[in-house]
Amino acid sequence: MKLTLKIWRQNGANDKGHFKSYDVVANEEMSFLEMLDVLNEELINRKEEPVVFDHDCREGICGACSMVINGKPHGPLRKTTTCQLHMRHFKDGDTIHVEPYRAKAFPVIKDLMVDRTAFDRVIQTGGYISVNTGGAQDANNIPIAQSIAEKSMDAAACIGCGACVAACPNGAAMLFVSAKLNHLNLLPQGEVEKLERTHKMIDRMEKEGFGACSNIGACEVECPKDIQLINIARMNRWYFSSAFAGDQ
Amino acid sequence: MSWLSNFLTSAIGRKLVMSLTGLFLIVFLLIHLTGNIMILIPDEGASFSGFVEAMESNPVIKVMSIVLILGFVIHIIQGILLYFKNRHSKGGKYAVIAKDNATWASKNMALLGTIIFLFLIIHFMDFFIPMKVLKEYGHHQLYHKVIAAFQNPVYVVLYVIGMISLGFHLAHGFQSAFQTLGVNNEKYSPFIKKLGMLYSIIVPLLFALIPVVVFLTHQK
Ligand code: SF4
Ligand code: FES
Repeated sequence: MKLTLKIWRQNGANDKGHFKSYDVVANEEMSFLEMLDVLNEELINRKEEPVVFDHDCREGICGACSMVINGKPHGPLRKTTTCQLHMRHFKDGDTIHVEPYRAKAFPVIKDLMVDRTAFDRVIQTGGYISVNTGGAQDANNIPIAQSIAEKSMDAAACIGCGACVAACPNGAAMLFVSAKLNHLNLLPQGEVEKLERTHKMIDRMEKEGFGACSNIGACEVECPKDIQLINIARMNRWYFSSAFAGDQ
Repeated sequence: MSWLSNFLTSAIGRKLVMSLTGLFLIVFLLIHLTGNIMILIPDEGASFSGFVEAMESNPVIKVMSIVLILGFVIHIIQGILLYFKNRHSKGGKYAVIAKDNATWASKNMALLGTIIFLFLIIHFMDFFIPMKVLKEYGHHQLYHKVIAAFQNPVYVVLYVIGMISLGFHLAHGFQSAFQTLGVNNEKYSPFIKKLGMLYSIIVPLLFALIPVVVFLTHQK
């Protein structure tokens, strides 16, 4: 299949950046990243600069493959990362726009690669529990209701890819932060520091320059791991408690 | 009290303010509609004037009208602040705009809010300012002033546009207010969403009906 790619080229955070057009021949079995690999090989052969993009696991678990394909983070397929998006979802002759995530808190490093370390700093302020857990316990040593375990596990599926921020017209990171908070706060081990954690992580989120959620819900639709808005509602409740509680 | 100001200037604190003032305005709209709809009762304005009289002489309503104006002002200012904060956080637009991942209204609340605000200015200039501030006429004459104003097709169109914008604003705002409050769960959310839809269709529709019906039935 023949494709025309309009790829965003930007030489560092301070460069203005622009779209550049490339023709590439791909086949339907390729993943989107493999298609970019093909393009890059050609560029290298032609002694041109290859397109810089972020990737690691290529199996949908690391969250590195951040890019916006035709206006959607991770492309048109729902619940799929770019690395797991295959070219059969495009048609011969398609023109595809590929650009980096656009958010103040995620500055472009080069071309399609953005700096998502703002997420790491949010995690550093509270994405852990402060007790030594020791060796693995026997299963069911701590009784946890199935329904609670499920909610926590659903939230734990977040791979920190940042698609939620990229999709959000407000550049908000609430879906990500709420996923991390629900993951830990719902379980007995994490509950002890629930309010403190909530407060710290949200505080950091704001300092990093992420926007304020207005419940548009594009994050939920674009999230490759199907993290739900209900996590944000729960996070808000914890945040209200952490702000209004008499003591903690 | 620094915790309170910290909270109120935080992203979620601001959202809470938007949500609470929004819900307050939603309740107000119902009361406003109850009175206005009486204009359509064919009794030469007797019921409507009675309602206005009851409201004017009620001290609770007097206090509430100040709270109401505060509610509007806070909702508007907070909305403007959030708009600029978020535009700064976004930092750029995509070449292709995805349309199927959110409702149009949810992405255009600031635009809709601005149209409603412009409508409100016209609306206040029409009735509130001449009657309450300039005291050009008493509330007994309000019915005739309303009928007279809606003889003008331009006003009728402006009011209908205002109400369409209100409908879209509410279609997102109603359920969004509950999500912000943290009320999102399997038990209540389906009901809240349906109620929000019904509210945002029926209430603006009834409001818009008033100028249209007056215009059509009171032609000289
Ligand atoms: S919530 Fe979803 S979109 Fe956001 S970082 Fe986690 S996995 Fe990615
Ligand atoms: S490369 Fe790891 S999720 Fe795509």
